[in-house]
Amino acid sequence: MRKFIALALTYAIVQVLIMTNVISGYFQATLVTVCINIILAVSLNLITGFTGQFSLGHAGFMSVGAYVCALVTMRISTIPGFILGVISGAIAAAILGGLVGLPTLRLRGDYLAIATLGMSEIVRIIFLNMEITNGAAGLNGIPQFINWTWLFIFTAGTVLFLANFVKSAHGRACISIREDEIAAEAMGIDTIRYKVIAFIIGAFCAGIAGAVYSSYFYFLKPDLFGFLKSVDVLVIVVLGGLGSMSGSILAAILLALISTYLQSFPEIRMVLYSLILVIIMIFRPQGLMGSKEISLSVFNKLGRNKLWNITKSRKGGL
Amino acid sequence: MEKLLQQIVNGITLGSIYALIALGYTMVYGIIKLINFAHCDIYMIGAYVGYFCMTFFKLGLLPSLLIAMLVCTLLGVLIERIAYRPLRNAARISVLITAIGVSLFLEYGTMFFVKANVRTYPEVTGLLAQRFKIGNIIISMQQVILISITVILMALLQFIVKRTRLGKAMRAVSMDRDAAQLMGIDVNSTVSFTFALGSALAGAAGILVGIYYNTINPLMGVVPGLKAFIAAVFGGIGIIPGAMIGGYFIGAVEVMVAGYGNSMYRDAVVFAILILILIIKPSGLLGKNTREKV
Repeated sequence: MRKFIALALTYAIVQVLIMTNVISGYFQATLVTVCINIILAVSLNLITGFTGQFSLGHAGFMSVGAYVCALVTMRISTIPGFILGVISGAIAAAILGGLVGLPTLRLRGDYLAIATLGMSEIVRIIFLNMEITNGAAGLNGIPQFINWTWLFIFTAGTVLFLANFVKSAHGRACISIREDEIAAEAMGIDTIRYKVIAFIIGAFCAGIAGAVYSSYFYFLKPDLFGFLKSVDVLVIVVLGGLGSMSGSILAAILLALISTYLQSFPEIRMVLYSLILVIIMIFRPQGLMGSKEISLSVFNKLGRNKLWNITKSRKGGL
Repeated sequence: MEKLLQQIVNGITLGSIYALIALGYTMVYGIIKLINFAHCDIYMIGAYVGYFCMTFFKLGLLPSLLIAMLVCTLLGVLIERIAYRPLRNAARISVLITAIGVSLFLEYGTMFFVKANVRTYPEVTGLLAQRFKIGNIIISMQQVILISITVILMALLQFIVKRTRLGKAMRAVSMDRDAAQLMGIDVNSTVSFTFALGSALAGAAGILVGIYYNTINPLMGVVPGLKAFIAAVFGGIGIIPGAMIGGYFIGAVEVMVAGYGNSMYRDAVVFAILILILIIKPSGLLGKNTREKV
């Protein structure tokens, strides 16, 4: 219950800030980027952080979602068309995720990372050469449907869904694969099935992120989804802590803030960004949060005997 | 037929470059199990050092080559010392992210200092500009030099790895780091030596590419780096002859696809080969299957 109050509060506060023009123009674009990065990072965290399958191909899934959604909404530019576009984009990405998940039956570790990287590059090159996606010039004039409400629904929906998935029996099975694949198999867990499930769900959410991207920025070209995009997402996940959903969210916000701040020094922006990355990795290799979660029960301790002492029953948590 | 032979010559030239870079990847992976993403940027730095030597100091090819290799060696050792050694026992993924960070740092640091524009190597003259004609196949002197330098360097590498004490130490550390340490091998200096060797080869590749293709830019390393890594995986990662074979194979395939098919798809074909080899024989062409123990 408290979760929903917190979510509703977040929604309302940002909505008010947008309506009173405190968040305007450039910051709105940043807000959208942050939300897209949260969806991407949380879904990659399911694959890499919780299931332990090292993937460098998230940009590939995202691009499939983005292109499919763009192509659908450009033909049917209505709200139902948009919803159809998001769903079909996510499903297309999920199918690709399933196909990529299959080689994971044999590969592990770095080999899997390179295979997924290869997959996402192939997807990019195919988009670069297809007629319907307008090649390197890219798609322009995609109808814009995304506003804060939609953005919030997709982001919060993905986060809640994945957070609950991780806590379910299926999620526990995924975690056990990360901890020790052989032991998990000995315990009767169908490791292949859960690895493929993790890939499909992760790709589905990445497809949603791509769809949101295409609908807000109304312009797509294959170069947007190169190797660096996958790296960006992986950086968020590792920085936040593998296996920590709230860590991913925190890192996505933090990196967006850093990158917004560094925007004023365009020449050394990437230099500083990479330095920060290396320094954080050297001094805190487990990421900001490790595998811990921030939960709303923190407020329980802070607010005990003070404000809301009403609900103690469940340890909440995003 | 002539076209095919010409393509083979071009393929070997391109393959030499990939093989030189792939050797660095494969040695580093063999010894500390790290995909050294910064390796392709060392290659880029090598190309820039060569460019400055040849344009501003008017040095010849051979001195420039040696200087580029030396600078890259120092850089490689320095990177290992500063960025990778503190993480020797950390999770693999954090080391990988560090490698990506170092790679970005080198790319954008270079871009900051020398600007992002494309630079052109000085026009080759005299002996270097000659072309040989065998039938209708044209082989340029640059190609001859590129291929022969590559072969010499590879022979040298084989000698170092197989016949010297340091090479023996490298092989021992890549087999079992702890056991090697127990036998009295200094693991840290051996790893540094591996980085030095790999980086020197990458530096050589950089300057050779500069001479052959003429243009260089700060992001020139990214795509060849990925392909060289694929070459290393193809041959069996951690195996030195495998990297050479893989390099030449990937070079040949790329040239063939560009020559006979659609050149837009040549990168896609290389990646498709990668995925196929990973699915069919993940340990690579020369790799042995290691059984998993509980």
